[in-house]
Amino acid sequence: MPYLAKIKVTLRQSILDVQGKAVDHALKNLGYRTVESTRIGKYIEVTINEEEIVEAERIGNEISRKLLSNPVMENYSLELEYIK
Amino acid sequence: MSEISVGVVVFPGSNCDHDTEHAVASFSGIKPVMLWHNDHDLQGVKAIILPGGFSYGDYLRAGSIARFSPIMKEVIEFARKGFPVLGICNGFQVLLESGLLDGALSRNRDKKFLCSQTAIRAVNCSTIFTSLYKEDEVLSIPIAHGEGNYFAPPEVIESLEEHDQIVFKYTDVQGLVTEEANPNGSLKNIAGIINLQGNVLGLMPHPERASEKMLGSLDGRRLFESLFHHISGV
Repeated sequence: MPYLAKIKVTLRQSILDVQGKAVDHALKNLGYRTVESTRIGKYIEVTINEEEIVEAERIGNEISRKLLSNPVMENYSLELEYIK
Repeated sequence: MSEISVGVVVFPGSNCDHDTEHAVASFSGIKPVMLWHNDHDLQGVKAIILPGGFSYGDYLRAGSIARFSPIMKEVIEFARKGFPVLGICNGFQVLLESGLLDGALSRNRDKKFLCSQTAIRAVNCSTIFTSLYKEDEVLSIPIAHGEGNYFAPPEVIESLEEHDQIVFKYTDVQGLVTEEANPNGSLKNIAGIINLQGNVLGLMPHPERASEKMLGSLDGRRLFESLFHHISGV
């Protein structure tokens, strides 16, 4: 049974997030005075056809490091969901 | 005299490949060879250029998918053997993604796609790509990119500086490194860097667009000329 890997990629704090900044300005212009900061990342779903969660996790981490994120400027988080 | 072949890699979405081919072909004794991204054969070229453009639509991150093209396996090996590899704009992004150069390029500081004639200073003229420039010469070469904001962790920047690996910096027309002269927010105004071995150069500005009088500047021409002198043993 396959697993659904939900991968979130975000820019590291030290990297200027120009998209997040532009959206943050827009939210403040809309009058949301309690909005403090906005950062934009990517959300990726990958279906991995593996029986074992350990193997699905290994592949999920490997593809996140190898292609889906660039460790120089991005962080990622991985969540696995069993698909019935 | 037989001609020396120089490869120009074509990824789906490359759009400066023919400009680069045109610039390369204008040198006598040098023959451009177009290398398709799906090829494995480098056809005996003596140097490789990764041109500008939007390989794979810049999906995910600029250069990230191109880096895994079949031809890149050969290019990486070619570079590791010490042969010259030049990455221009998107080509620079591919070199960083492939790990042949250190660091990363993120969105321009001011969110805009930048397309303009820019002053850069050749700060290291002892490389095989810059030997025909005068030390600290200010050049007028266009940039055209949305993701050219060079970033690397402090220890990498320190190492680049220590080993003279920063080759081009954005400056004003006098050659001064100022914040105003920095178009995209790059750390230390970095416009181009070289690897430690000195055979892989990546830069955001487009020397092929400043290689004939008709284009308004000839300043990019000597970059190709330096490289071709090197590979022809002049």
